Amino acid sequence: MRKFIEGSMAVAEAVKLCRPHVISAYPITPQTHIVEHLSQMVADGEVNAQFINVESEFGAASVVLGASAAGGRAFSATTSQGLLLMGEVIFNIAGLRLPVVITVANRSISAPINIWNDHSDAMAIRDAGWIMLFAEDNQEAHDMHLQAYKIGETPEISLPVMINMDGFILTHAFEGVDVISQEEADSFLPPFKPAVHLDVKNPVTMGVLAEPQWYMEARCRMQEALYESRPVIKQAARDFKGKFGRWYGDVIDTYRIDGAETVFVAMGSLIGTLKDAVDDLRGKGEKVGLLKIRCFRPFPGQEIAEALKNTRRVAIMEKAFSLGASGILGDEIKAALYATPYRPEISTFFIGLGGRDIPKSSIVNVYNQVKAKQQNNVFVDLKTELVK
Amino acid sequence: MKEIRIHGRGGQGAVTAAVLLADAAFNDGLYSQAFPSFGSERMGAPVQSFVRVDNDIIRRRDQVYTPDYLIIQDYTLLSAINVLYGLKEDGLCLIDSEKTPEEFDLDTKAKVVTVPATRIAREVIGRPIQNTTLVGALAGATGLISVEAIKNSVKNRFPGAIGEKNAEAVQVAYDMLKGGR
Repeated sequence: MRKFIEGSMAVAEAVKLCRPHVISAYPITPQTHIVEHLSQMVADGEVNAQFINVESEFGAASVVLGASAAGGRAFSATTSQGLLLMGEVIFNIAGLRLPVVITVANRSISAPINIWNDHSDAMAIRDAGWIMLFAEDNQEAHDMHLQAYKIGETPEISLPVMINMDGFILTHAFEGVDVISQEEADSFLPPFKPAVHLDVKNPVTMGVLAEPQWYMEARCRMQEALYESRPVIKQAARDFKGKFGRWYGDVIDTYRIDGAETVFVAMGSLIGTLKDAVDDLRGKGEKVGLLKIRCFRPFPGQEIAEALKNTRRVAIMEKAFSLGASGILGDEIKAALYATPYRPEISTFFIGLGGRDIPKSSIVNVYNQVKAKQQNNVFVDLKTELVK
Repeated sequence: MKEIRIHGRGGQGAVTAAVLLADAAFNDGLYSQAFPSFGSERMGAPVQSFVRVDNDIIRRRDQVYTPDYLIIQDYTLLSAINVLYGLKEDGLCLIDSEKTPEEFDLDTKAKVVTVPATRIAREVIGRPIQNTTLVGALAGATGLISVEAIKNSVKNRFPGAIGEKNAEAVQVAYDMLKGGR
């Protein structure tokens, strides 16, 4: 049923459809509405889950770790400092191969304190071993939750999935969303059947000490599982389209890329504004297209390189960067292309940090800069007088 | 696509007004989007909210820089910040005020319309909260959204007597501005 709802509610509705056993919650802006809506649903008896209020995000992550280890389907949501405080447990959830799903309402990292959107939080824990998906709009965020449990719970994958949606820009935006029915959801997402779980009648140990003769193999298997998840992620997107008719790409998506001499690359809600900008530029005869990275981990390097093979210029728009190094998407895309004969001219931009709005006009400015010459790590719309 | 920017002060319900407008447009069968300016909202501080309405799917997510319609909840903002920026020449600026548009002498080619929304709200609802009244006024002045859809959105948002009164205020403001003022 199509409903006019807030992005956070679109997520809560989707989580409800996934029939979680345990939801842990610790409030932090701009994530709070998600767990507030879920709290209401649990209180109203619409969701048969244990809703556990915890003392911190460290506790919130620990609760979903334990719940998943015990064989339950577990959910939490957080952002920014909360995700960092979860950090140690986030790595453990992946290492324990627990298919938890956490929604991150992406926000900047302190200091200076800033509650607004960018991708610094997700990028800070990118090496934790989670499958990391980025939603373009609230419909995709809604749909992604059903896909996320399906992907993570696939026995040979058994990995946690982080759904990233831009804080405020999506979480607090109201728009029409097709809310899936419980019946349809159940036919897409079967109950969680863990291969192994903690059970007093059949005792197993999880997270044992792995001495030097075992640790490397465990990490190697995680790496393999992440790479093996790519076809699973693609299949989940195809299955979803087959059932619900909606397609947002699989690990990547492309928009008007045929014949494009310049291709923008981005993740998250910026994709929507970029699509409008691409249409405007195409209308003026500019050969421009767009590549959306929907799945950041595992990194779809081969798919990206293939999509960019006929492109002359690439403009990578990043909402985070590695301080003291460079743009994260930029470096990974360059590395992916290095393994191929393709050598488009790559320009990298940092944009929208700490919630700075990204007007369509700024995208057109970026396009003009890229067309004039190659650009490296340019801060878009920077107040240069303040950084001299 | 029609773009609306609402300027108010924290506590006046600028975000709710945006959501009601977009919700009503949605119920009229249009595509719509509403979002706040995401400030650290405090009572009395200038706040903005944004609405887009279109016959086609809305993808862009930047703020509204060239609005077709402006709603000014507190006219003292006109001298505090540049609320008129980007307003289209064929657009409309709706101000809650007892004054006439001429008295504001605004530097814009767009049409300026005033409505005594706070008075209407006080008389009909019993409280000087005029966000719903202004939404009705905008519908009357522009025809963008049906008054029925707005009243339904208002009643869904505020169930019971308070919703009924707000819907009544919507109708009063709508009738006042329908067909020009």
